[in-house]
Amino acid sequence: MIGAAALVLGLIVGLVLQPTAPGWLVPYLPIAIVAALDAVFGAVRAALDRIFDDRVFVVSFVSNVLVAAFIVYLGDKLGVGSQLSTAIVVVLGIRIFSNAAAIRRHFFKA
Amino acid sequence: MTDPPEVPRPQHSGPPAQRYRPVRATAERRPLGGARPLRIVGVVLLALLGFTLAVSVRSQRTASQLATARPEDLVRVLDDLDSRSARLRTQIADLQRARDRLSVTGSDAAALAEARKRIQDLGILAGTIAAQGPGIELTISDPRHSVAAEVLVDTVEELRDSGAETIELAGIRLGANSWIADTAQGLSVDGHPVAAPYLVRAIGDPPTMQKALQIPGGVVDTVDARPGASATIRTASTLAVRSLRSLPGAGYAQPAHR
Repeated sequence: MIGAAALVLGLIVGLVLQPTAPGWLVPYLPIAIVAALDAVFGAVRAALDRIFDDRVFVVSFVSNVLVAAFIVYLGDKLGVGSQLSTAIVVVLGIRIFSNAAAIRRHFFKA
Repeated sequence: MTDPPEVPRPQHSGPPAQRYRPVRATAERRPLGGARPLRIVGVVLLALLGFTLAVSVRSQRTASQLATARPEDLVRVLDDLDSRSARLRTQIADLQRARDRLSVTGSDAAALAEARKRIQDLGILAGTIAAQGPGIELTISDPRHSVAAEVLVDTVEELRDSGAETIELAGIRLGANSWIADTAQGLSVDGHPVAAPYLVRAIGDPPTMQKALQIPGGVVDTVDARPGASATIRTASTLAVRSLRSLPGAGYAQPAHR
């Protein structure tokens, strides 16, 4: 509950303040967000399975974001940044979908 | 690639039931204050995620994509733009050439039409081309040969004064250098002998020319005063003058530059 409230609060603050992200950060923001969403969906699923753990959530959140950003950074240096971004989005997207499916099963039993 | 957060093994973090229940109780009792540090960190991270989402969505919507694009993407975009601008430049050159061609032919056509019109006007005035239009026919009958050349000269002058544009005398087109003379055999117009009755046909404004010929003491009166001679005027809405003059060509006068 408090997590969802924090998420909404962050959204509102971002929409109200309307800050501009620094240029060097912008290519990594979408990837970082997708990675974080993966962690969030995993956390929701874990909470529904009653195995949620703060430490696991924080560690997975941070490491997800960092690893995704690092891979994109490495890809940029190697000249395959856009391809690696796509790969990360695909992989994380699959994980998000499977988590969403688990959450759905939990709610609708289907 | 990363640790799957959705499948934390229960053995890592202890019995799930034990962990879950106190957490829930804490969240319900004291939302922020006494929560464990990791919980606060997680909440802050979620807030940060929301914030980042908003920022990212906004920068995606407002900021120029180019400012944040990768170098290779920029190169590709630049290449695209280069080839596109080259294509457009070629198109511009083609269209400009076509426009120049069309405008040249357009002015040529206009100049040609203008020149043709001038040729016609000058030809009608000089008597080198046939003319038609409203006009009058003046018939001077002179069975006793009492009408001399000066009467016909007066007639021609009167017609010119009254705006005749084309004059034909006894089938001879009159021009600027036409002359009429008395000869032993009768009248001579431009060297051609003519005999009475004389038919003068003039293209111009019929009422004006008619009035000019009929003024008291004018051409008609003069002719009627001659013994046995008479003049009759007939106006015509359409008169065709088909006799032509040949241009002598200028022997002395040359076009002078202004």
